[in-house]
Amino acid sequence: MLDGTDLVYAYDGTFEGLMCCVFESYECKEIPCLIRPPSDQQTIFDTSKWIETDSQKADRVYNSIPVRISSEAQELVKLGFLTCEENKELLIFRFLRSGFKIGGKVMTMLTDEVVCSLQKAVRHLTSESHKFKGFIRFSVFGEALVAVIEPKNYVLPLLSAHFCDRYNGEKFMIYDKTHSVALIYQSNRAELIDIEGLTLPNVDSTEAKYRQLWKQFYNTIAIEGRTNPRCRMTLMPKRYWNQMTEFDNKSDLFQIQVQVAETKQAIANDIDKTTDKTTRYQIQGD
Amino acid sequence: MGNAAKAGICHSFSADGRCISLLKVLMTNVCVFDCKYCINRESNDTPRAAFTPHELAELTINFYRRNYIEGLFLSSGVIKNPNYTAEQMIKALELLRNVYHFNGYIHVKAIPGADSELITRLGLLADRMSINIELPSQESLRLLAPSKSKESILRPMGLISTKIQENRTDLVKYRHASRFVPAGQSTQLIVGATPDTDHKILTLTEGLYKKYGLKRVFFSAYMPVAENSLLPAIDTKPPLIREHRLYQADWLLRFYGFEAKELLDEQNPNFNLQVDPKCNWALNNMDKFPVEINRASHEMLLRVPGIGVISAQRIMTARRNGSLDFTSLKKLGVVLKRAQYFITCQGKIMEGLKITSDSTIRTLMSDRYKLPSYQEQLRLFEEPFISREEVQECLTGQI
Ligand code: SF4
Repeated sequence: MLDGTDLVYAYDGTFEGLMCCVFESYECKEIPCLIRPPSDQQTIFDTSKWIETDSQKADRVYNSIPVRISSEAQELVKLGFLTCEENKELLIFRFLRSGFKIGGKVMTMLTDEVVCSLQKAVRHLTSESHKFKGFIRFSVFGEALVAVIEPKNYVLPLLSAHFCDRYNGEKFMIYDKTHSVALIYQSNRAELIDIEGLTLPNVDSTEAKYRQLWKQFYNTIAIEGRTNPRCRMTLMPKRYWNQMTEFDNKSDLFQIQVQVAETKQAIANDIDKTTDKTTRYQIQGD
Repeated sequence: MGNAAKAGICHSFSADGRCISLLKVLMTNVCVFDCKYCINRESNDTPRAAFTPHELAELTINFYRRNYIEGLFLSSGVIKNPNYTAEQMIKALELLRNVYHFNGYIHVKAIPGADSELITRLGLLADRMSINIELPSQESLRLLAPSKSKESILRPMGLISTKIQENRTDLVKYRHASRFVPAGQSTQLIVGATPDTDHKILTLTEGLYKKYGLKRVFFSAYMPVAENSLLPAIDTKPPLIREHRLYQADWLLRFYGFEAKELLDEQNPNFNLQVDPKCNWALNNMDKFPVEINRASHEMLLRVPGIGVISAQRIMTARRNGSLDFTSLKKLGVVLKRAQYFITCQGKIMEGLKITSDSTIRTLMSDRYKLPSYQEQLRLFEEPFISREEVQECLTGQI
């Protein structure tokens, strides 16, 4: 078996593609030292091996995880792929190689470099998504609720169930500016849709009034004698503040201006228009 | 609309670092009672206002839709009389639940002195109910809250806890029985307004968990609001460290298997401000240490200073795959700063660590915990002793 060489796999950046990398490695009895998505610059000296995505192969790998390792391992791999960990591909790959070798026990090997790093990355993802459950701020535009977030990890799939349940029967959209993707929920269905950019219409007076009331509430609830900015910063790091109503002091009217790259999308009642974009994930609605 | 998530969600953190999860409002700040420690007491000259039930429901639903809040925490001063006040609150909650179809979280304060029938109706509308004891002894109540008595607080508390019990059996019998305060009841104690000791407060806390099945007891460092010879002077700083120590001890009771009498007694009725309660216990029980990480029981791991619930769990899992050393502990994320003095790995103490006798440890520990200045006192709140779960737990912790 080839090992410790400079074999590099290149794949299409999808979860299925990554599963195919695992398949390939078993089939060709080789271990890549790097697995990279297509976005990295290609040079003419690039000797990496392109791994074609084949959903049958992908399914075979994916479906064997709960059988040969455990369903927790499958969950970990699925979540691992959503993290912002730079080496997530290699981590998942190595995790699966050892898992297929030693079985469910791999999940308890907390001191193993790979298992430990993968779990840490997933904890970062789940804790970030948990924070967003609270820190997301919606604005009401007509009948629709719209929020913008700038997460590090790909958190939308993890937020879907919570917000669909919370706003059961309503229309809402959460736009992830970092990954240019939006979670859109309407008529009891949720979808993830790639969106290049987003401009929001001006807020109306009711929206402005409630933002104002919220800021007022936020400012009065702190007990003066106990101000503790460092503690607040630990619990709610500044990077979240950008999109939070209580820290918006630009103007009391409208401020969320997301720069549009290609498509200009008007939101509010027009959520429908965006649905013809590529759907990346299909998520259970209710 | 809405759901009541199991793990509490913090929607924001106020400038003092506390979790904001609920819209905390008073139905009115009008009050016919005259509790000396309260800003809304009748004798205080302060502007008064009141929400109509409709205004309150509108505000809640609009904050909720924008994801500003997880729900409502409704309290009130006593307007006209306790029953009238409770009725106003019921009206607001009925609007929210039945007209706006609000399924989010509602925490409501029971009004001391209101009829049982009204308390029951409130309980059927709310997720959690609380009655604040505020003062830890009858004597303090008599002096500072003349319109309240131990009886008027404990009676509804008992009523709520019986109702919760009954409701549990009802729910088993009839699937569609309405839920009575499904998230349980809680209370709050003021720390530092009266001479009551930590021992008294902690024993009372333990009793409340055991006897009334309370979900949480909250502590609030007293901030002077009134000049009164019975209360601490107006320029007294709130006893923040003391409040922090009580919260630490409270966690030890709820998650670490400690009992109040292990932490404090008549001879040592107050917490050591320089050492946290767990460390303090360990220093007084050095005969139980060091513990061997690879063999110690889960209960004992939880008692090691510096090892929390998560670390203990990880150790239990990881050691099934073989013996752990100090490097493995670091990988597991166990913070060794304090723990190193109390543990061995494979029979060895941490390399480079020099301890010759208990007294060395004592010096080490108290050195580390010099009484902090006021600025440092505030910073103490960042101590990672508060786990993420705990922060989430503070759903209703907004004093
Ligand atoms: S009953 Fe409540 S609001 Fe009224 S004075 Fe006492 S503590 Fe304050």
